[in-house]
Amino acid sequence: MMAPAVVLLLGWMLVPLTMTLFFSFKKYLPLRGGDLGWVGFENYVRFVSSSSFWPAVGTTLLIVGGVLVITVLLGIALALLLDQPIWGQGIVRILVIAPFFVMPTVSGLVWKNMFMDPVNGFFAHIWRLFGAEPIQWLSHASMPSLVMIISWQWLPFATLILLTAIQSMDFEQLEAAEMDGARPVGRFWFITLPHLARAITVVILIQTIFLLSIFAEIFVTTAGAFGTKTLTYLIFQRVLESQNVGLGSAGGVYAIILANIVAVFLLRIVGKNLDA
Amino acid sequence: MKQIQLTQVSKRFGDVEVIPPLDLEIEDGEFVVFVGPSGCGKSTLLRLIAGLEDVTSGAVIINGEDATGIPPARRSLAMVFQSYALYPHMSVRKNIAFPLRMAGLDKAEQNRRVEDAANVLNLTEYLDRRPGQLSGGQRQRVAIGRAIVREPTAFLFDEPLSNLDAALRVGMRLEISELHKRLATTMIYVTHDQVEAMTMADKIVVLQLGVIEQIGSPLELYRNPQNIFVAGFIGSPRMNLLEGSEAAAHNAHTIGIRPEHISISTDKGDWEGVVGVTEHLGSDTFFHVSCPAFANPLTVRAGGDVDLSYGTKIFLTPDKAHLHRFDDKGLRLT
Repeated sequence: MMAPAVVLLLGWMLVPLTMTLFFSFKKYLPLRGGDLGWVGFENYVRFVSSSSFWPAVGTTLLIVGGVLVITVLLGIALALLLDQPIWGQGIVRILVIAPFFVMPTVSGLVWKNMFMDPVNGFFAHIWRLFGAEPIQWLSHASMPSLVMIISWQWLPFATLILLTAIQSMDFEQLEAAEMDGARPVGRFWFITLPHLARAITVVILIQTIFLLSIFAEIFVTTAGAFGTKTLTYLIFQRVLESQNVGLGSAGGVYAIILANIVAVFLLRIVGKNLDA
Repeated sequence: MKQIQLTQVSKRFGDVEVIPPLDLEIEDGEFVVFVGPSGCGKSTLLRLIAGLEDVTSGAVIINGEDATGIPPARRSLAMVFQSYALYPHMSVRKNIAFPLRMAGLDKAEQNRRVEDAANVLNLTEYLDRRPGQLSGGQRQRVAIGRAIVREPTAFLFDEPLSNLDAALRVGMRLEISELHKRLATTMIYVTHDQVEAMTMADKIVVLQLGVIEQIGSPLELYRNPQNIFVAGFIGSPRMNLLEGSEAAAHNAHTIGIRPEHISISTDKGDWEGVVGVTEHLGSDTFFHVSCPAFANPLTVRAGGDVDLSYGTKIFLTPDKAHLHRFDDKGLRLT
């Protein structure tokens, strides 16, 4: 019997979804008159025609893409290194995983105040040590900074999944490849990397889901300024800062559509790795 | 011609000496089987020859050339692994072609060699499948195919049949023997199964705890085991090994007699005993006979038509010409 699970899942998903749809067709301004009646597609048209919409979509995709590339590449490299027998392996592994346990808000604040502060930040000190002018990270290089912070948070996740994949590898395959004349780079390219394909797929899919809704890191660092306004952040501004629930709900529906477009693309590109 | 030569080769893992220094010579075209109980160092010895493990001391000489420091890929040896170690994401064709691709052969030559190997191994119709879609026996053949396309000077097999069921194993045994006859290339084969050793080998190397107990042809080992270990290990069912007064009567610490060299009589004989469990194989019948004179029951072979029920009192007479005598160190007395 799968009915109870299906009912639970449907309820879980359908109630918020229906409410979002419901409000998206209303002019609803909580502090300025409340429910002002049905307005049809006006909210949808206004949300898209706003000058912030397309930049927000672009920013969202840039953050997701940038973080995915960095975490997957560095994750593979770190996983390969952590698989080597080294002294203090257990401690090193825990240290590598640690960032994942730090709350997004906390890590955003730590990066902002301790590393990226242009006066007292760690980076500023290093820059000055070499006689260079410190970079105003969050204002002059806002997108790279955000991608860096979010990558730092998600790198442990990618590393952990890829490390377990590497450890589950049949070492006889590597030995066979060695006997067959494959050099270390060849063994990585022809044997290890294809073996990791499935784990990489899982990392990309799961991270995409979470990265599309990144919010706290932006909120505590740039508050959406300097071109770091993602779709999620734009919706937040519309609903809470402009107090326009209808407009925000329409944005929420667009976010759902964007997430599904991304999901379809991802499943087309990497999903076949999950078969068999 | 001596093709592979080990001189004073030893291997230590940390403080544990897995293989004390040993010498071994393998002739060109020979089918050599390393056999021994698990943990006897036979796989390690094979990996030392392959170069997958480094020797602690001594030299591995292949084709008259010192190969001790040469990496595995350049020793011109091909290995078939116990798990087959096929590359799961590549088709059978790509699996077999992999060593050729790594060697940088052109596409046409690669294809020609792959087709040849597939022909020899009856894999032609499976070339475009993935290893996951093949049966155990077919995977085994792909692994062998990947080894033969390289045209190596010697093949190394590491317990290649242990993952197959009994019926397939007998079939693959024949196929590998046949392949050896056809290619006439040196093969080194590791197994813990003495039946495989007996049926396939030109030369058997019996190992125990990293030490070579005896080297010889299958029948040589069967007829003249140099010590108790070889006597007990080679032959199925095992040789009966007897100690005590009966052994002393033959001026030995232990005497050994194979099941087929004992005759059964219902009225007279040297040893009196009671029939225990009977194993009917059709062609032969094996009786487990408890004799008051010996601690362990004796295994006795009789023809397939002999039938004695449980508890029957019988007499056994060993064939004196086939009695093996061993001293208190377990070495053969002549």
